[in-house]
Parts: sequence; C-alpha cells; structure tokens
Amino acid sequence: MAMSLMMRRGAKGATFPRVAMVFRRGYHEVVHDHFNNPRNVGSLDKEDSNVGSALVGKASCGDVIKLQVKVSKDGVIEDAKFKTFGCGSAIASSSYATEMIIGQKVEEASKIKNTDISSHLKLPPVKIHCSVLAEEAIQAAIADYKEKQSVQSVSP
Amino acid sequence: MALGWRSCQQLARPRVWASGSLRHFAGSLWNEYEDRAGPSYLDMQATTPVDPRVLDAMLPYYHGRFGNPHSRSHSYGWDAEEAIEKAREQIARLINADAKEIFFTSGATESNNMAIKGVAEFYEGSGKKHIVTTQTEHKCVLASCRRLEVDKGWSVTYLPVDKYGLVNLQELEDAIRDDTALVSVMHINNEIGTMQPVEEIGRICAKKQVFFHTDAAQSVGKVPVDVKHVGAALMSISAHKMYGPKGVGALYVRRKPRVRLRPVIDGGGQERGMRSGTLATPPIVGFGAAAEVCMQEMDNDTRHVQKLYKRMHDKITEELPQITLNGSPSQRWPGNVNLSFACVEGESLLMSLAKTTAVSSGSACTSASLEPSYVLRAIGVSEDLAHTSLRFGIGRFTTEAEVDNTVNDVVREVRRLREMSPLWELELEALKTGGQKQAVTWS
Repeated sequence: MAMSLMMRRGAKGATFPRVAMVFRRGYHEVVHDHFNNPRNVGSLDKEDSNVGSALVGKASCGDVIKLQVKVSKDGVIEDAKFKTFGCGSAIASSSYATEMIIGQKVEEASKIKNTDISSHLKLPPVKIHCSVLAEEAIQAAIADYKEKQSVQSVSP
Repeated sequence: MALGWRSCQQLARPRVWASGSLRHFAGSLWNEYEDRAGPSYLDMQATTPVDPRVLDAMLPYYHGRFGNPHSRSHSYGWDAEEAIEKAREQIARLINADAKEIFFTSGATESNNMAIKGVAEFYEGSGKKHIVTTQTEHKCVLASCRRLEVDKGWSVTYLPVDKYGLVNLQELEDAIRDDTALVSVMHINNEIGTMQPVEEIGRICAKKQVFFHTDAAQSVGKVPVDVKHVGAALMSISAHKMYGPKGVGALYVRRKPRVRLRPVIDGGGQERGMRSGTLATPPIVGFGAAAEVCMQEMDNDTRHVQKLYKRMHDKITEELPQITLNGSPSQRWPGNVNLSFACVEGESLLMSLAKTTAVSSGSACTSASLEPSYVLRAIGVSEDLAHTSLRFGIGRFTTEAEVDNTVNDVVREVRRLREMSPLWELELEALKTGGQKQAVTWS
C-alpha cells in the first residue's frame, strides 16, 4: 500500500531529495557560480612596486580575505587576485570584488561599497558582513599600493 | 494498485543474502536505488533512516489497526494497547530494564526535560538545589538547567571537559555537594562521538547517593547499555537515532531504588500519570521493533561501522595533511567522525560537497551566530581550527562505495579550497622556512 502510493508519485522522486532542492535552499545562483568558478584566484608578486596587497579578517571569525591589485602607470587596476578562507558568501564576495575592480581607475575602485557587492550577489542578511570584509580588502589593497607609491617617490 | 496489508508485508520483508549481512536488502526501498539522484547520506548523528523491518511493523497501525490504546471498551483499543506493551518490553530488554520503568515521550528532548525538570520540581523546597552537568551536553539539557537557574534559583555546575571531551571523574566527585539533586552526563556526544565513562560516574553517584541521569540518545542501540551496570537512575532514549521513526522517545525511570519525578505534562493520566497524552501507537511500535532489530544487529553494525570508520579516517589522513580528529580516538563511537581541515572553512566545504554528500558542520557559518560550536570550544579546539570542522556520520546502511566516494570528493574539494586559501599559503610558507610561522602583517 505504501508502495502503490510511492509508485503513483514516482518512486525515485518521492524517496530521495531532489538535486534541485540543494539549490532552492540557501544562496542565489550567482553565489554558487562564483563559488564553483571563482574568478582571479591566485597571487601577485607582493614585492612589485605596482602591486598593493591586503590581508583582512580573522581566522577565529571564520573569514580571511587576501586581495592584491596591480595598478598600471595611469592609475588603472589592470589585474587583481584573491585568496579567501571563508564560507561560500565570502568567496563569492571576494571573487566578485576582483571582477568589479579590474579595469577601473583606483579612485573609482575605492568608492565601491559593500552594498554593491551584496546586492549583486543577493546575499541574505546574515551574510552581509562578508561583503563588508570584501570592501575592506579593496580599500586596504589600494591603501597599500598608495603607500608603496609614496615611499617610492620619497626615496632618492 | 490496491495492495493489502499482507502483500505490503511481503514487499517490505528483507531477503537476506547468504553472507548473512542484513545490510543488503533485496527489494528494500533503500538500496534499490543505488544510482539515486540524491546525495549520499553521511549525517547519521542528525537522524537515521527507518529500518525496513521497522516500517514493516509500523504500517498496520496506520492502516487497519488504528485504535487509541487508551480506549478501554473495544478491541481496537485493546489491540493498540497490546502492541504498545510489546514495544515497551522490547525497549526494556534492550537496556536490561523492567517494562514498568519505561515511559514513552515525544523524543529525547522531552525525556531530558522530564528528567531534569521533573526531579527539580519534586525536590523543590526540600533543600536540594544543585545540579552537576557538563559543558558538552545537548542543548536541551543545558537549556533545561538554565531554565532552572533563572526561574527557580537552582545552581548548576557545568563541568569542563578535557581535549578529548572526557569529563574528569575526580572533578565530578568534588562537584557533588550535599544539596545536589542530580548529575546529568550524556553517554555518547552527538558532535564529536566521545563516550563518557558512565559506569564509573554511576558508581560515584551511588556512593554519594545522588541521582544519575544520562542522555543516551546517541548510544542506545549502538553500544550495549545496561542500566544496572551503569547505575543510572534516569536515561533518555531517542527512536530516530536507532533506525526508528521520528517523534518518539523514552525515559527510563528506575524503580529500585525509587526515583521520584513530578510530571511535566499533565492531562488524562496516561503512562501512570508520568506523561499524559494519547500514545502514538505506530511510532511506538516502530520504536519497539527498532530496539529489537538493534539487539540482533548490534555486533554486525559495530563491526561494519568500525570498518568504514577506519577506511574513511585512514584514507583521508593519508591523502591530506593537517587533518585533526576531534574527540577521543579510543573512547568514541566510530560512526561519528568529526574532522578539522586546517585552513579550509567548514561551510565552504559543505557547499562543495552538497551535491554529492549530506554531512554536517561544526562551524559557525551554518548557524545564525558567528560563534563556533560550543562543544568544539569546550574541548579546546584552537581559534584557527574552530571554523574548519565537518562531522561525518556512518551507520548501518552506509556502504563502502558511499564512503569511498565521499573520501574522494572531500580530498578533491579540500585541495581545491586550500589552493584558494590565504591561510594555507601562509602555512606552506611556514613549512618551507622551517616551521617558523612568519608574523602575519594584518592590514
């Protein structure tokens, strides 16, 4: 009798959770996309004077982002690389951040707000802090680059 | 297709293979779909699938034999009552108790509440105002104790545990005061699988003449639990942790020497006044059948789980460096494998595995707060590792193929996530420079 009920509904579907359910619960597709195919993972040479590096976050909070930017002579971010220890939102936020800033001028990039990131990724309220950390990473990387430039211009 | 009760029984009845291993049910709804679309289930601590033999036993009571067991006046009621008493016997036999000592509840949470609040309320005003428990108990025990502290002014000692999750017996004995009414220590921890020395604790409690309650939800049906050897005054049991249905559990309440409780749920006086409410016959019948099946299968299950645990743990630690097993390596239930993967965040690993494997994480990102699991914190897992753990649950129905596939997926995903992790990069650099971790300059 139980069998007949199950057969009517299609035994496979009724007995086991559908794969689609994995996606319905949790993040938006965009987050999954960035998580499974992250853009710009890696490292740049931190000794390079045109590269600004940042390491923000805390392992004890479960979120650490390393972001590096390579800036051309005319102040355009020509490359960015990231590495993240964190949940799916954190990885997606930092991946999207690198996507956003490549090709932008340094001034434009420093104006990026965390809400730009979180609205694109449609992050749930409990994950907004991941986008905040990504914004911090961008700011810190740019600040590091600027510091390197000023040190260069001062030294003989 | 109208299948009657008898043909239904035929369908669900397992046909045992010559090997005698009752895992391979021909025609069972579980193994039939080996290439099923859903992920492998490796979260046995959260819940277990209902054994086909248990479902077999339950179904008639949803169909033709649906009487209310408290209906005294007709055969529908008598029939249901008989089934419930049989289930009570089966459960009592599993833990070497008397049937009169088993009270059915809606689950281990209710049993724990009943034990703690029931004892406290009975002793209200008698001078007993203290409870001893541990920091790694299940939330329902901690919350019940908290409730007593806040509402009734009871004092509670939350004993710390060592790095394996084991409670210190001397500390426990010292913590028992003249006004202690109850000691509550869980048998097997649901997060890390550590098994407490309940027999020793029972001896200490008997010596000090204090009631000993143990939350045995994760242990009954898996390891032999004898209430007389343990010396427990109260024991909580959960059906859905032992291949039984959800929504039913039991509380063992010792009769000799007598344990007195005030009931938490009042009503028609069912369960000798201890827990009112119409007994749910089908889940209880299932619970009893699950207990009997566990008694038959215990040796086989233990061997099976031990073998798969070794396979999983050995393979993962062989392939991946910097893996930590949380909990005691020797005093544990092998079906609980809580591993910390250094430099890989738990939720991201869960997300990578979600399509193929169902597991659970001890990390914060999966809970609403940013705090890591209190159990991991209690065993002193370092801040860096607190967010990196995953819990794999192996059980009666876990196959070797599932374990192998899971191990392959885990190894692949951990490698991928480590490639993406700045902490792993720092770790590798530290190893290259001879183990001296360079000071991290945080922006």
